[in-house]
Amino acid sequence: MLGQPLIEIDHVEKSFHNTVVLRDISMKITKGECACIIGPSGSGKSTLLRCINALVPVSRGSIIVDGIQVNDPNLDKLALRRKVGIVFQQYNLFPHKTAIQNIAMAPINVLGRPKEESYERARQLLAKVKLSEKADAYPGELSGGQQQRVAIARSLAMNPLVMLFDEVTAALDPETKKEVLYTIRDLAAEGMTCILVTHEMGFASEVADHVYFTDGGMIVESGTPTDIFKAAQNDRTRAFLSQVL
Amino acid sequence: MKALPQNSLPVLLTPTRPALEPLPAFTTFVQSRALAIILVGGFILSCGISAALSAGATQPRPSILDVLLKWAPLIGGGFLFNIAVSIASMAIGTLSGVLLGLGQISPSRSIAKISWFLTQFFRNSPWLVLLFFVMFLLPFELKLGSLTLPLPAWFKAIIGLALPVMANVAEIVRGGIKSIPFSQWESAESLAFSRRQILWQIILPQAFKRMIPPWMNLYAILTMATTLISVVGIQDSMTLTKAALVAEGRLDLYLPFYTMLLLMFFAYCYPIARLTQSLERRVAVKF
Repeated sequence: MLGQPLIEIDHVEKSFHNTVVLRDISMKITKGECACIIGPSGSGKSTLLRCINALVPVSRGSIIVDGIQVNDPNLDKLALRRKVGIVFQQYNLFPHKTAIQNIAMAPINVLGRPKEESYERARQLLAKVKLSEKADAYPGELSGGQQQRVAIARSLAMNPLVMLFDEVTAALDPETKKEVLYTIRDLAAEGMTCILVTHEMGFASEVADHVYFTDGGMIVESGTPTDIFKAAQNDRTRAFLSQVL
Repeated sequence: MKALPQNSLPVLLTPTRPALEPLPAFTTFVQSRALAIILVGGFILSCGISAALSAGATQPRPSILDVLLKWAPLIGGGFLFNIAVSIASMAIGTLSGVLLGLGQISPSRSIAKISWFLTQFFRNSPWLVLLFFVMFLLPFELKLGSLTLPLPAWFKAIIGLALPVMANVAEIVRGGIKSIPFSQWESAESLAFSRRQILWQIILPQAFKRMIPPWMNLYAILTMATTLISVVGIQDSMTLTKAALVAEGRLDLYLPFYTMLLLMFFAYCYPIARLTQSLERRVAVKF
């Protein structure tokens, strides 16, 4: 499986009007890999994730996800998004649906799976994120950490090839943060391809196969967690890490 | 919740939510029962004043109450006609307004632009002028091949009132949809929902609750505005009240008769306003 990357990002550039957000980003992510993107706010990390599932179109360069050319003007966005799950900082659950409905909704309506099967799978996923007893709770009745775990289960229900996590613990307190991080760690351990944007350096060094440090829309430095956290070569990387470690 | 934009219509048409804002403070201070007592009291007082004013009359005349009771069924019937017109206009205005509101957020630029223009045009025109416009625009009968459909005045009046309702409903729908955070679209898009699915399964169910109170408010405003049709010669409660007063030819009857008409509308519209308020409160708690 190794060798052929699942996601290939090649010289991607993105600007909104006159603001350049991504300057020149290239990455290769193989199946089963867990990649962490770290860096100061405003360095384009979230935009990069949104480019991968075509929520935001790239200005230049190419992104290929499992053979789908994301920057193709005739891209079948829905086909791409079935392969790419994303979890947001603010959970973004559907407030008018219960936890289990949130999870089963897309498989039923998007994939056309039978109801019974979708709910059964939703129950399994709720058990996986340790929220079985909250199946019938509305998002408003759940804590931030619980909502975020439902959001992870909701993405997993689509059986994606890759999961994108966009600062998913940034809005959580240290305790609930842990619940969510453990869930992601388990996923990565099971071999799910993950791309995480995070400010949790300890977590990144624990789960990542590859760490990318971005600043000013560019990848300043990348390597194994040890390379980055213990022996960063670049001054900018060292300056940033000295602030957060 | 995002407030719907104010517009510059005359007082009669003050649209949607802002119109009811001062009421909660008012009603906490005057409970609805007390309000009813004051109104009925005012009605009796108005009869009394009229009676006192006419005390010097030489000829014996039937009492004001007797005359009121004599005409009440007819005027009441006219009032029911006003209600019927309001319901029909609301139904037509709501159906077309929902389409127009959805049209405004259409991904097709031309549909969005046309919908926007129609909404703005009908929302910023005086209701009475629109009513006259439709009365004279539509023919009195419609020829469809061999079939001739008569277009009675009341039907034209319903259409005339439905136009501003349509534009206001369109704004309620658009505002309701826009009030749902963009992140809901984003997360639904990431789950590979199509645009149509997102709108109908995720956005509209959430926005619907927020649209109901301003929609009911609009209905109450429309009901009161149905008296405009008397101006274009339709026999509604207003016309019948005037006719009754002409027939009786007594100046002392004007105040009681118009008070009675006011009370009929009040009795119908005030509960709607109360219900709207309680719904608003419930929606506010929910989100």
